[in-house]
Amino acid sequence: MKRLMSFIITVAVLTGVMVFSTPGLLDKVHLGLDLKGGFEILYHAEPMEQGGELTRASLIKTAESLEKRANALGTSEPEVTTEGTNRIRLKIAGVTDEVEVRKKMKEPAVLTFRSAAEGDAAETYSKIELVGSDFVENGAEIGRDNLGRPEISIKMKDKDKFAEITKRLLGKELAIYLDENQLSAPQVNSEITAGSASITGNYTVESARELADTINLGALPLKLTEKYSQSVGATLGKQSLDQTLMAGLIGSLIILIFMIGMYRLPGLLASFALILHTWLLILVFVVADFTLTLPGIAAFILGIGMAVDANIITNERIREEVRSGKSILSSVKAGNKSSFRTVMDSNITTIIVAAVMFGFGTGAVKGFALVLIVEIVLSIATNLYFSHWLLTLLVKAGKLNKPKSFGVKESDIRAL
Amino acid sequence: MRFKKELDFVHLSKYFYIFSIALTVAGLIFLAVLGLNYSVDFKAGSNVDIALSKNLTADQIRPAIEAIDISHEPSISIGDKRVNIRYEQELTEDQDEAIKAGILKLDDKASFEINTVDTEMAKELARNAIYAVLISCLGIILYVSIRFEWRFALAAIVALVHDAFMVVAVFSIFRLEVDLTFIIAVLTIIGYSINDTIVIFDRIRENLRFGKQKTYEDLKILVNKSVAQTLMRSLYTAFTVFIAAFFLLILGGESIKMFSLAMVIGLLFGAYSSIFIASPLWLLLKKRQKQPVKSSPAKG
Repeated sequence: MKRLMSFIITVAVLTGVMVFSTPGLLDKVHLGLDLKGGFEILYHAEPMEQGGELTRASLIKTAESLEKRANALGTSEPEVTTEGTNRIRLKIAGVTDEVEVRKKMKEPAVLTFRSAAEGDAAETYSKIELVGSDFVENGAEIGRDNLGRPEISIKMKDKDKFAEITKRLLGKELAIYLDENQLSAPQVNSEITAGSASITGNYTVESARELADTINLGALPLKLTEKYSQSVGATLGKQSLDQTLMAGLIGSLIILIFMIGMYRLPGLLASFALILHTWLLILVFVVADFTLTLPGIAAFILGIGMAVDANIITNERIREEVRSGKSILSSVKAGNKSSFRTVMDSNITTIIVAAVMFGFGTGAVKGFALVLIVEIVLSIATNLYFSHWLLTLLVKAGKLNKPKSFGVKESDIRAL
Repeated sequence: MRFKKELDFVHLSKYFYIFSIALTVAGLIFLAVLGLNYSVDFKAGSNVDIALSKNLTADQIRPAIEAIDISHEPSISIGDKRVNIRYEQELTEDQDEAIKAGILKLDDKASFEINTVDTEMAKELARNAIYAVLISCLGIILYVSIRFEWRFALAAIVALVHDAFMVVAVFSIFRLEVDLTFIIAVLTIIGYSINDTIVIFDRIRENLRFGKQKTYEDLKILVNKSVAQTLMRSLYTAFTVFIAAFFLLILGGESIKMFSLAMVIGLLFGAYSSIFIASPLWLLLKKRQKQPVKSSPAKG
């Protein structure tokens, strides 16, 4: 009775947990952009000018800058990662104006100091006096002016050039632009010979910090070219998701029906282990914050098919033992024992392949391999250990003592 | 299950060897002459996939996509509420947008998927895929050699390379498109087809422990018996995974069609090779080891 109780409690508790948590879990699964629409671009980064240097630091800076720009454009959760020594992968989901975003991403922000040319309307400045590369890289800092207001100081590479410009523009405005946006238009009050300029205005510490960062990022000389791009419309993504889920559901149902029809009660236990396996996989996705992509779902469904293998191998083995005339309990013991090795061997070889895929793959391949590996590990836990445990519990409780419960005909049993 | 003892798998395997060799030769010829039908994933260029709310004909679409300045004639394939356009040239962002704008004029509910890969990237993908196949084979040889013996490892590798190659051959013969997901499928088949083979080998190894097999005949009986004992298992496991892959093929998303197709073909070959190729091949290798025993009557 004790065994039967622990069996019933285990199954009931797990079923309860799964039923109540599944809707919430499904909502939390992070969908890849192939399933919800969006775009992915792989950039190749190289120095802006020939002979320039591409360092790890500049690559990371560029990636950060891309992320900032994506955030500034109001996209949701942009994902920017560096790859290798000279690549940056950008993923943005749910974009309405893709053209705008792609343009903004690639363009290096150009920092210019401009003065009013002849014919310019009031407060417009079109004559470019200084460009981004005239400033010391990462030279923008924030400080405070005499009145304690935040200000941004920039360092020039060439003191004399700056001195000449400020002398010429004495009493006039020298406007600061980032791309075509005017940041401020301070008046030149004196000739500046020290090689550094201050931008003052109505800044808070925060906005000053932001501007300094933007200037530093904008002055970063990495040129980006698109190496690979994928863009998926939201409708198409949703369609893929629905179709693939439907395929998975029907495939899984047929597998479950097959298992129960073929192996009766042990088949039912196996089906329970399979459902638990699927639930755990979703749990891992949510907890580890993996992104579910289309190849990921394919691996998911395939993994269910493969997890069934473990159950089939075990149950076939137990049947064989039953047919040979052993008692049910010793058949289950012997069957579990001898199938264990086979299942482990076949799972380990698949893990080897998945590990290689993970090591060599990029993007979709990596995602697929990761799902496969997680799935095999979970499958060993649920379809090997857990399913064995449930089965042994029932047999020991005396609820599974007829060969018929294993789908074995009495006539097939050899006398010992 | 009563037919078990009547089937001589080892004897039958001769015909299957001929079938496999013939298909391999055909595959090699097709590969050499026509190669594979690579998608943009490997060839560079752009692939535009469009889901429409109504059916459009190629003639309706053509003006919209020819407006852009491109030297190559794109290939257009029309499906049910779907259009696929392939350019051998990489589209720029502006061209992407021009196509979208053109199609949206015809169907304002159209949804797009555009993939662009440049040549260097495509080569790298292909190179990595080949490395991945080679390294996984090495890994499997190593593992099976340690767990079993080298003859099993060799037979297993031949069987799995056979499976992988058959999929490549079928794709080449029928001019099916090879994309990145195809590579994933082939790798998965390698990982999966070895499963089936190992189940049978495991049984052969187990049966080897009972009693001595002195002659080739003994071994042959042992292999036949082992295959027969695991046959239902092999068929059931192949069937369940096949069901999963099959439904992905007929119902799953368009972008994993080729993946699912490759999986379905590979699974069929995987089940076939583990029954008819792998074990008889192991026997063939083992036979050569047994011969010296047979020639020395003193040990009888």
